[in-house]
Amino acid sequence: MNRLPAWAEIGVLPVINLALALAVSGLVIWAVGENPFDAMLVMVRGAFGSDYAIGYTLYYATNFIFTGLAVSVAFHAMLFNIGGEGQAALGGLGVALACLAFDSVLPAVLMIPVAILFSAGFGAGWALIPGYLQAYRGSHIVITTIMFNFIAAGLLVPLLGGPLKREGQSSPQTREFAEDAWLPKAHEILDGVGIGMAKTPLNLAFVVAILACLFVWVLIWRTKFGYALRAMGHSEHAAEYAGVKVRRMTVIAMSISGALAGMMALNEIMGVQHKLVLNFTSGYGFTGIAVALMGRNHPVGIILASVLFGALFQGGSELDFEFTTITREMVLVIQGLIILFSGALALMLVPAMRRLVMRNG
Amino acid sequence: MAEAWIDILRILDGTLRLAAPLILCAMAGLISERSGIIDIGLEGKLLAGAFASAAVASLAGSATGAGLFEAMPWLGEGGAETAASVLNAAAPWWGLLAAILVCMFLGAVHGFACITHRGDHIISGVAVNILAAGLTVVVGFALFRQGGQSPPLGRDERFGPLQWPGAEGAAEIPVIGPLYAELISGHNILVYVALLAVPLVALLLYRTTFGLRLRAVGETPEAVDTAGISVHWLRYRAVLIAGLLCGIAGCYLSTAHGAGFVREMSAGKGFIALAAMIFGKWRPWTTLFACLLFGFLESGAARLQGVELPLIGPAPVELILVLPYVMTVILLAGFFGKAVPPRALGQPYGKGRGK
Repeated sequence: MNRLPAWAEIGVLPVINLALALAVSGLVIWAVGENPFDAMLVMVRGAFGSDYAIGYTLYYATNFIFTGLAVSVAFHAMLFNIGGEGQAALGGLGVALACLAFDSVLPAVLMIPVAILFSAGFGAGWALIPGYLQAYRGSHIVITTIMFNFIAAGLLVPLLGGPLKREGQSSPQTREFAEDAWLPKAHEILDGVGIGMAKTPLNLAFVVAILACLFVWVLIWRTKFGYALRAMGHSEHAAEYAGVKVRRMTVIAMSISGALAGMMALNEIMGVQHKLVLNFTSGYGFTGIAVALMGRNHPVGIILASVLFGALFQGGSELDFEFTTITREMVLVIQGLIILFSGALALMLVPAMRRLVMRNG
Repeated sequence: MAEAWIDILRILDGTLRLAAPLILCAMAGLISERSGIIDIGLEGKLLAGAFASAAVASLAGSATGAGLFEAMPWLGEGGAETAASVLNAAAPWWGLLAAILVCMFLGAVHGFACITHRGDHIISGVAVNILAAGLTVVVGFALFRQGGQSPPLGRDERFGPLQWPGAEGAAEIPVIGPLYAELISGHNILVYVALLAVPLVALLLYRTTFGLRLRAVGETPEAVDTAGISVHWLRYRAVLIAGLLCGIAGCYLSTAHGAGFVREMSAGKGFIALAAMIFGKWRPWTTLFACLLFGFLESGAARLQGVELPLIGPAPVELILVLPYVMTVILLAGFFGKAVPPRALGQPYGKGRGK
């Protein structure tokens, strides 16, 4: 079967799919009685209109880079990790344990790498079990990772309500970390070099996220391991025949994926909250699926898609203020439609596109 | 003694109430997955159904609904009144109908992606879940302006408990009386529908031609295709039936068990149903058992909230609530028995002309 030329497959189709998703979102906005173009304008201004807006957009994007990379690494091995929520939650537990234990002992320079290790380690551990069960016990990774999301939530509630709870407080959260265990904010760093910037939650985790992208790119496209991983994703049998240890690779790929998802907690817990709270993952793990789909599992694409979704989340919160009938859950609608059109219906326009290209070429 | 008996009955009664939506959803998932279509969108459909049901029941039961008919001059004075009273009197039924239609629509969207366009079943399911979480709040807010909730439903706008004949008198009879009055009588109609759904699904799957073909299409679609039967149409019917059952489950949540819609009210029940279906090894009766077991755990956990247990201390309610997920993981790993999914589950089917 002849394939579509690259420009059509990578350039045109994704744009059409995105446009379809946005068009249907526009219909929803129109149906609840607002002008979709006004709403779009508000969102774009809310997401990029000032340094304050951009700071927030990039702060959200940081979460999505981590969870998007997590989904993509597993995708390359044809594994569907939809357990990003649970792995990020465990990553949060890791960060919190590290900070609570060492924040009075270690200076920031040492505290940060230790926390990164803990977040990645806990996330990896939580993904390793489903990976192991898939590789050696034949249980379906999608189902196990879904179950592990709920189990993670079920673990955090009693922990935060009991042993980790701050003394003399009723809400389920830990004590605040000492300041050495806070990731510096972007406006603080920029102030240091004489550039003024509005106060936003954007913090050092953004840089870590970009480094993670670099790491994933090198890992997948520039190492033997990455080659084996992609070979396995294309054909498990061929890879096995070529000497790839598919089972072991499954476990390792899932662990790396989980580690990346776990590192999302750096941004939320160490960068913004400065204490472990419940439900800080807020569905960002699921957004990672959309990000990986839109970014076509490539780090550069993932950065672009993360900024798009960051803009969607930040712009979406502006909808609340500007309109009386639209709430910020509109963002979920747009997100769902993007996953539907760019993911589930990705092949819908391929035949039509092929006909078009064939006729002219 | 009698006290303890009543206590046990209450827990079993709660089990039944909490298991009812699980049973309906799990049967939905079962029909879909036996045809080869993975359905992790159960959660989203359940939520959308709950919303549609509460919204329509509330509109039908209120003056807004009746006002619709006054705007239709061709009905005439008396006609509008009759129409309005019909609408009012059957409010929960209109809710049920709306829930079923909405869920069947979502099922059709899932089918359109997975069956017609060979899309990934998981991705499509995730899309349905996220879409439902967003749309219910967005539309709910636009309709009612109550932060995404529906107005609380009155007694006439929801399915009330059905008192079975002689239940009141029977309560006086020792042992069996309370059993009849507490456990068997006094549920809303949808609980009985849920219980009835199990034999119906079993009958459909194992005793009809349609069921035979449905099971075949989930195992070896090629064989069904060779026999001249449409694989796509069979699978579409499966996702539509799944939508129907999810609609009833959604209606149960907001318009029978609860009194109105609140955001995210499905709260993972769709996923528990999915777990129950796997725990039941994709078979109706074992799935019913799993749903009752999971319902029992939830009901028990609710009763144990804040209770001090000997040796353990305060009851670990959260840990009891995650037991269904843990048990499903252990079962899937093959540590007790083996859960084998339908062979063609999640595989797109096209007529052998490659991609």
